[in-house]
Amino acid sequence: MSQLVINGQTVEVPEGSTILQAAERLGIFIPTFCHDPGLPGVASCRICVVEVKGAKNLTPACMTAARDGMVVETESPAVIAARRTILELILANHPQDCLTCEKNGDCRLQDYAFYYGVKSSRFEGERHTYPIDDANPYIVRDMNKCILCGKCIRTCAQVEGRAVLDYAYRGFRTKIAPAMDTPLGESDCVFCGRCVTVCPVGALTFKSLAGKGRSWEIKKVPVKCPFCEAGCDFHLNLKNGRVIGVTPQPPKPGRPLCLKGRLALELLYMDEPPPPYRKENGKFVATGWAEALDLEKLLAKISQGRVDVGRS
Amino acid sequence: MAEVNLIINDQKVAVPEGSTILEAAQKLNIFIPTLCYDPELSRPASCRICVVEVKGSKNLVPSCAALVREGMVVYTDSPPVIEARKTILDLLLSNHPEDCLTCGRNGDCRLQDYAYLYGVRRGTFGGEKHSYALEDDNPFIVRDMNKCILCGKCVRMCAEVQGKNVVDFAYRGFHTKIAPAMDTTLSQSDCVFCGNCVAVCPVGALQEKGLRKSARTWEVKKVRTTCPYCGTGCNFDLNVKDGKVVGVTSCAGEVNGRALCVKGRFGYGFIHHPDRLTRPLIKKDGVLKEASWEEAINLVAARMGAIKEKYGPDALSVLASARCTNEENYLLSKLTRAVFGTNNIDHCARL
Amino acid sequence: MTNPISDIAGADFILAIGTNTTESHPIISLQVKKAVRNGATLVVVDPRKTEIAGLAHYHLPIKSGSDIALLNSLAHVIIAEELWNKEFVASRTEDFDAFKETVARYTPEYAEKITSVAAQTIREVARGYAGAKNATILYTMGVTQHICGTHNVFAIANLAMLCGQVGKPHSGVNPLRGQNNVQGACDMGALPNVLTGYQSVAADEVRAKFAAAWGVKELPARPGLTVGEMMEAAEHGKVKGMYIMGENPVLSDPDAGHVVRALEKLEFLVVQDIFLTETARLADVVLPAASFAEKDGTFTNTERRVQRVRKAVEPVGEARADWEIICAVARAMGYPMNYSTPAEIMAEIARLTPSYGGISYERLEKGGLVWPCPVLDHPGTPVLHVGKFARGLGKFHPVEYVPPAEQPDEQFPLVLSTGRRHFHYHTGTMTLRTGALEVYYPEEYLEVNPADACVLNLENWEKVRVVSRRGEVEVRVCITDRVPAGLVFTSFHFPEVAINKLTNPVRDAIAKIPELKVCAVRIEKIA
Repeated sequence: MSQLVINGQTVEVPEGSTILQAAERLGIFIPTFCHDPGLPGVASCRICVVEVKGAKNLTPACMTAARDGMVVETESPAVIAARRTILELILANHPQDCLTCEKNGDCRLQDYAFYYGVKSSRFEGERHTYPIDDANPYIVRDMNKCILCGKCIRTCAQVEGRAVLDYAYRGFRTKIAPAMDTPLGESDCVFCGRCVTVCPVGALTFKSLAGKGRSWEIKKVPVKCPFCEAGCDFHLNLKNGRVIGVTPQPPKPGRPLCLKGRLALELLYMDEPPPPYRKENGKFVATGWAEALDLEKLLAKISQGRVDVGRS
Repeated sequence: MAEVNLIINDQKVAVPEGSTILEAAQKLNIFIPTLCYDPELSRPASCRICVVEVKGSKNLVPSCAALVREGMVVYTDSPPVIEARKTILDLLLSNHPEDCLTCGRNGDCRLQDYAYLYGVRRGTFGGEKHSYALEDDNPFIVRDMNKCILCGKCVRMCAEVQGKNVVDFAYRGFHTKIAPAMDTTLSQSDCVFCGNCVAVCPVGALQEKGLRKSARTWEVKKVRTTCPYCGTGCNFDLNVKDGKVVGVTSCAGEVNGRALCVKGRFGYGFIHHPDRLTRPLIKKDGVLKEASWEEAINLVAARMGAIKEKYGPDALSVLASARCTNEENYLLSKLTRAVFGTNNIDHCARL
Repeated sequence: MTNPISDIAGADFILAIGTNTTESHPIISLQVKKAVRNGATLVVVDPRKTEIAGLAHYHLPIKSGSDIALLNSLAHVIIAEELWNKEFVASRTEDFDAFKETVARYTPEYAEKITSVAAQTIREVARGYAGAKNATILYTMGVTQHICGTHNVFAIANLAMLCGQVGKPHSGVNPLRGQNNVQGACDMGALPNVLTGYQSVAADEVRAKFAAAWGVKELPARPGLTVGEMMEAAEHGKVKGMYIMGENPVLSDPDAGHVVRALEKLEFLVVQDIFLTETARLADVVLPAASFAEKDGTFTNTERRVQRVRKAVEPVGEARADWEIICAVARAMGYPMNYSTPAEIMAEIARLTPSYGGISYERLEKGGLVWPCPVLDHPGTPVLHVGKFARGLGKFHPVEYVPPAEQPDEQFPLVLSTGRRHFHYHTGTMTLRTGALEVYYPEEYLEVNPADACVLNLENWEKVRVVSRRGEVEVRVCITDRVPAGLVFTSFHFPEVAINKLTNPVRDAIAKIPELKVCAVRIEKIA
């Protein structure tokens, strides 16, 4: 066990814990963008920096090990100044689009900007003007809103044989893209939606929910997918008592999420489920539910399992 | 009163003579957006966002003020109506800060709601934008006239409900602005900071200072209760975030409607004030020291019991409270009479 | 109030006596303003030029404490000019002749000498009140905090009965009560002479009913002491132990020095409050209570409307709801007092209280209920005395003018009156700790007329010492014609200006209300 002091409060954590974990134990809030307990740490966004007594620089709380005797301040003036600057730098190249953004109300960038009172950026310069990638039926990608936290890359890589996304280009032009920077629809993506569940901003959103409701109007009801033994977790999205869409919850070990499960839940719970699509020759075409869910295969599987009990 | 029959979006409806098209549509649960309209206030029909198409009429008509006529045929969502609404939103957004990111009314803003509904991402008319200084010199209300859409509800609320006439339209044209007399700040005017203007502002131009700085609109839980100050019995919603009262907003109060006074709306800070008593205190050697509940209650019981034993029940007396609930005053009367055994109970009704 | 607050907007004539409505009851004042916008005549009787007086058609800057002379004179004019409601007086009232005889002497000219209100104005107001279709009278502590407080109220009731302006909509006799649940505290029997719903402790059957319900052999029959009497008894060593819940008499009661002496003399003092008030500092045990946001319950407002208070957050620290604390004390004294919710307590109140008989939490979820509400399907009674007075016939109580107990003299040449400010409340315990109200209105001041300021050579905002026979405070001066010459005014909200060190504890003989509105003071310059 290591004993350390955070904001004047003493806490004990098991060896190998991070400062962030120690702070969480005390109920002390530290903002994070790139950190996710289910993903490998990269400590790249730096919004979680804290002041450690005796350390030359501010250190990222998400990756720094909590050591015995450490004295940490999570909201010191230096920390707050650093966080504000990070937010300003991000906002210097982020559309001022909360007015109609689908993530408004459920966006970490917005939460932290409000919390730290960063209304606008003092940095001016070039801004990205990427076209919006919505040429597929499921996911809308607005890379102008991407803050390059890389969580989508890491969660995609956790699925064996996938790793559809990665960083492309360098410097200001750094961008998250499938191989050869194609639209998502032309890549190997199977639209499981893992990347959307971990995106902290409005860069990745579900197309089926576009224009249907604001985050604060939507009530999320958890459901389990009944279609395979993985039992992945989903949310029914209710507005005024009606299911307007189904979204996956962040993946957990052994619960990989898949598009088929999401579509099936839409069929199960929605009055008017959007039609499923099938990719044929690189193009998405609307298809029937039986085909989309491979019901024939399923029926075959079920009949295979039939045991002849005979009539004696 | 005579009924008038009309058809809205191909549905028949009958409403009393003198009703507006908006009221008739509401009866059919047909949504029409409004910015300047408020059922409690007079109707200038100035914002025009509620326009609808009436068959045979040359122009689109404002549904909040246009009265129903027999046989009227109305369309509330026809292409010309939608186009007009989009243009109005576009014009408003062309001179409105792109500030939803940190705006305290984000999530509870009609301009935002309608922009989302009609898919108007931003104002496309270039041109001058206001850059008024933020008015932040009083502890109650923040006024950001850059966000004002000139619906005038605050003007009418102040005149028609509050009866103060503190603010009105000032200047002309693009320079039109809502202001107190001589365009001073609220704190230099006759304003009594009831905040009833804030309660009707459809955008972020008028905000409750404490509340909007400490919580986003979607983070708060609202709990309806009754005001703890004077005897009027106004109702309001306590806004709660993370187990703390962060503000007060109007509800449809039985006695007060949406109107509140400065104490009811802005006087909630005492709830979480650091001076609050959090542990029982017992005086030892002339100094009050923290003690456990058990110790304190047992001491009260023992000492009150001993006095009753030694001097008789009438040596005890009780002051109940005009601030506590009925149930608490009842129980204290019960304690006094059934347990202490005296009628020596009173409270400050006379003060 | 005999009539609901919403009735005021529909009145044709409003007589507001001793009520600084826009400051003390801002939301009720909206109804007054609405009535005026609709064409009603507003008459304000107040020595001070308050905001509501500025809106009035007639402002009667009456000499402090001369209300009866004015009210009797209004009745005199109405009778002399045959404007009274003869049918109402004949069918609904009694003892009219005695009343008529008393007011006969109160000619407007006689009243003018006492009140300094012009005789012609008295005549015009009398004609307006009597001639109005619906006239309502509003009053607050400006009427009641006098040695003749009860008689002042009688004089108001006489006037209303004389003109039949009671028992119908938009009229009535309407005291505006100053505290969120002062009505409820009275209704609940937090008074020395009655149990819930004003059931007399002297009545054997009432005591028997409560004793049975509360599981005790008997209940005390002799009425107890009022606040003022308690303090006197404490000072004389007759009362030895006191339990104070949510009150701050050191600041709110007259002659604060006397209150402190009385409380210090006690063998044992318990104070239950949300802050360490000036009173709590004197206690032997202080119990931390929950605020209104931290508990469930009901308040009864000035129009008798019972409304829900709902728990929004957990009590701070170890604080507990007052009802839970009371139960714990009772149990520690060997009396089983156990409730799991305030709803259960209300059910018991309803069983024992005819006027609250139909009130339950289930019903209150749908909205407030105005008592009398005797049974579960009763809609409540917003207007009292319709068709019949509670006692049968309305009784005229002839009353005579008596001057205030303490008159200005050479030593103490000014009259001090006290009241409330718009931005603060009562002893300031709450409003001085909001992070907003006290920021905007941080310091109290004494209103002094320019004529008096001139005589005393005072500068605006100068700090002075105000002295009465009982005590002194230091306060800044605001030179304003809001007060007439000879009168000074301030509030009792600020502990630094504990004005009740000065006020006169002399009481009305019937209601025992202290004469906080009139005492003699002098202003001394601080060298």
